[in-house]
Amino acid sequence: MRFTSHRDFARAFERALRRAGVPIAFSQGFTPHPKISYASAAPTGVASEAEYLEIGLREPVDPGQLRAALDAALSPGLDVLDAVVAAGGSLADRIEASYWRIELPEVEPAVLERAVAAFTAAGEVQVERMTKQGRRTFDARAAVMKIDVMRSVETPSGAPGVSCAILELVVRQVTPSVRPDDVLSGLRAVADLEPPVSPRVIRLAQGTLTAQGEIVDPLDADRDGAAIV
Amino acid sequence: MSVPSTTPRPAVEPSIWPRLEPLLPQVTKPIQYVGGELGAVVKGWDEVVVRWALMYPDAYEVGLPNQGVQILYEVLNELPDVLAERTYAVWPDLEKLMRAHGVPQFTVDAHRSVRDFDVFGVSFSTELGYTNLLTAIDLAGIPLLAADRTDADPVIVAGGHAAFNPEPIADFVDAAVLGDGEEAVLEITAIVREWKAEGSPGGRDELLLRLARTESVYVPRFYDVDYLPDGRIQRVVPNRADVPFRVHKRTTMDLDAWPYPKKPLVPLAETVHERYAVEIFRGCTRGCRFCQAGMITRPVRERSITTVGQMVQQGLEFSGFHEVGLLSLSSADHSEIGDMCSGLAEQYAGTNVSLSLPSTRVDAFNIDLAQELSRNGRRTGLTFAPEGGSERIRKVINKMVSKEDLIRTVVTAYTNGWRQVKLYFMCGLPTETDADVLEIADMAHEVIRAGRAATGSKDIRCTVSIGGFVPKPHTPFQWASMERPEVIDHRLRLLKQAINADRSLGRAIGFRYHDGEPSLIEGLLSRGDRRVGAVIRRVWENGGRFDGWSEHFSYQRWVDAATEVLPAFGVDLDWYTTRQRDELEVLPWDHLDSGLDKDWLWQDWQDSLSEYEQDDCRWTPCFDCGVCPSMDTEIQIGPTGRKLLPLTPVNGAGLRIPAPTPQ
Ligand code: B12
Ligand code: SF4
Repeated sequence: MRFTSHRDFARAFERALRRAGVPIAFSQGFTPHPKISYASAAPTGVASEAEYLEIGLREPVDPGQLRAALDAALSPGLDVLDAVVAAGGSLADRIEASYWRIELPEVEPAVLERAVAAFTAAGEVQVERMTKQGRRTFDARAAVMKIDVMRSVETPSGAPGVSCAILELVVRQVTPSVRPDDVLSGLRAVADLEPPVSPRVIRLAQGTLTAQGEIVDPLDADRDGAAIV
Repeated sequence: MSVPSTTPRPAVEPSIWPRLEPLLPQVTKPIQYVGGELGAVVKGWDEVVVRWALMYPDAYEVGLPNQGVQILYEVLNELPDVLAERTYAVWPDLEKLMRAHGVPQFTVDAHRSVRDFDVFGVSFSTELGYTNLLTAIDLAGIPLLAADRTDADPVIVAGGHAAFNPEPIADFVDAAVLGDGEEAVLEITAIVREWKAEGSPGGRDELLLRLARTESVYVPRFYDVDYLPDGRIQRVVPNRADVPFRVHKRTTMDLDAWPYPKKPLVPLAETVHERYAVEIFRGCTRGCRFCQAGMITRPVRERSITTVGQMVQQGLEFSGFHEVGLLSLSSADHSEIGDMCSGLAEQYAGTNVSLSLPSTRVDAFNIDLAQELSRNGRRTGLTFAPEGGSERIRKVINKMVSKEDLIRTVVTAYTNGWRQVKLYFMCGLPTETDADVLEIADMAHEVIRAGRAATGSKDIRCTVSIGGFVPKPHTPFQWASMERPEVIDHRLRLLKQAINADRSLGRAIGFRYHDGEPSLIEGLLSRGDRRVGAVIRRVWENGGRFDGWSEHFSYQRWVDAATEVLPAFGVDLDWYTTRQRDELEVLPWDHLDSGLDKDWLWQDWQDSLSEYEQDDCRWTPCFDCGVCPSMDTEIQIGPTGRKLLPLTPVNGAGLRIPAPTPQ
């Protein structure tokens, strides 16, 4: 569902709550809103295997049943993998970093490696992007914890026959956020890397960051212990 | 004539998705091309015999919620040996990329090439979709002209209200269906199924002939149009034996037997309307003389309160929508609307489901209903449609509302807590003068003045919304002349000045209007004949797309194309639009039978000019418009005396696992 925007997803999720008969809590006021908070949603055009959100309920439900009901209520391609009861503390605070994979069809891995080396060597890489506040320039280098070129010859998404370079990234949650497209802009800035075909981006994980730069499932803190999906 | 051809159908490409996907990151709102909606159906290509591609020829966000397409999609997909998929107009950014990369017009369900289907059904609610039809045909790799198509191409069938005069697109479509589609698509399917089972004897030509013989599918190629030296039509006659002189519209009786959509499509992408829509009745006999929808969908057929209740319950459960629209051409006129509204409001009390009723009736009853529906908290807007500014012009159009009624009704709305109401009008109506339009300003002023007096508050507003009048086929105004755009624009300017002449009142009145130019082109298309097809084609070749969108519509492009193409036929743009027709002129759609008796329509046109009003046959005796006897139909209305059943509690039913959508 890489082409769903956050708004699209939010509407679909609210409908799924109703289809599944989830006893969702509503905000007070004349136009009550269901209590849902989304943690750092993936940008439109990006596939994701790890999105998190938090919902408030009127009454307790079994997390396993909730997961199954919501999963069935969502369109194919949007899957609910787990639900746990929140033990306290905000979900957003636990999301410190994201793990991304970027497939670059028709890019030679060696070319990508050179670009990555130049990027890593730079102390700072200024990039530009249109944000809701207008055009902003910021550093795309510092937030990147890890940037590796994968040595795989197969194209995971099955694009026929051509070479495809694959990049994996761990990026810290900062403000303004550094997204995969910003890193690509950075590679363009330092090494003129110009992918001929639109890259495919997938978020593989997000969560708490360990000292070793590993990402830990943000729900670990709640396991065995209102609901997170 | 058609080329009898035995070109074998090329091998079917399973899905064009791998070729489309790389293009999507480069276009706006790619989600609209992805499909995967809740309620969408994907079947195996080889598991079925008859395959339909259904198109709403506008952007996905407008096309997806369209009731007509959703109904036909579901009706067809319920048959085990039939599949129906949907396709919509692609925006120019994707069109360019598709051309550059050789990607054909595709369906959003399984991303199949439209050319591979047996039937390509296109739903026309408005004539402004014609250029988008050409884009789709061309992108699909189908020859633009019906005459050039072979057995390798689908049969292109037009339906929807604009298909009541398909002559302007007669060169591009193979067939057109007038009227309700539920049974028509099943009949067409049966004919295609049988013809294929026999080994497709006689090719395309034979199939079209079989369709034409039903007397309810119009196949333009089997009719010749002859013209008089002055450009008018002399006659339209069949050029084949066995083809009927007139083609009749279809009417689906007993809407309780056709409770569609049961599984409404729920998109991920944002669309113009996100709600579960239930048609509570079809047809309208209020008799507004400008209203084509009302004339061509007669007689009135109500869906019973019980069926509506069931549809709402199941539709909401299936879709997860939180808004329900009780739709029809005049919803407050349903014989059991009071019980329906209070029953539903009761049933959904305490949930966040909101109910809405698009009613424009100008009376207190309308407000009672709106009150009932807003019990759940959300207050929907109130709209009243007097349509004409002066008492005189309202008699001309048969909209029986007095100024006193209007003011009383709007004031009631204000005193019941509404702060804002919308008033709908038209400009450019037959016999209209500046004075008729200027009375809209008086009316709006008085509404605000009376509203302020009654509520003691300055915090009330009204919006005056004005559309351009377009004379439509099969209405009493089919003979009328259109006003020139300059005159319309001038009247609208005068009106704006008049509204703002009083600063204090003017501040409380919003003013929304459309320029006269797009209406003139809509007028050309709606009353056009086959010669107008050349104009459509020229406009399309010059880049015309999405003509219903003001940012894409170019008046100049249409005027230029008309100037280039029409003189060869001895006619011009004015001839089609600002010219009044006389009684004996053969109209381009006279061979297409909407059930309305042409003499009755002419009489109603004369009554209009003498400002004589016509009652509604639901409450007064039949006035012989012709529809019921000629179509063998009858008015179907309640009250049934039944209540909303079943009354299951909706809140707190607990978690449920919805059934997966058929894939
Ligand atoms: C009545 C009406 C309304 C009513 C009720 C709508 C309804 N669903 O019943 C109300 C007031 C609610 C309404 C609201 C709106 N409407 Co409206 N509405 C109409 C109107 C006049 C008739 C629609 C209708 O009767 N639908 C009922 C369905 C069941 O009928 P149907 O679509 O014609 O389909 C049947 C047959 O025609 C046939 N059929 C149709 N296609 C095909 C194809 C084939 C191959 C075959 C064989 C048969 C077939 O089979 C179907 C089943 O019997 C049309 C104009 C028109 N003349 O069609 C505009 C129209 C569809 N609306 C329009 C618009 C813009 C809107 C709004 C977005 C307005 C707004 N800004 O809010 C909303 C959106 C509503 C929504 N998405 O549901 C536009 C669409 C413009 C466009 N670009 O396409 C139209 C075309 C009017 C116009 N000219 O501007 N609308
Ligand atoms: S034939 Fe008579 S009853 Fe039927 S719609 Fe016309 S006026 Fe009404």
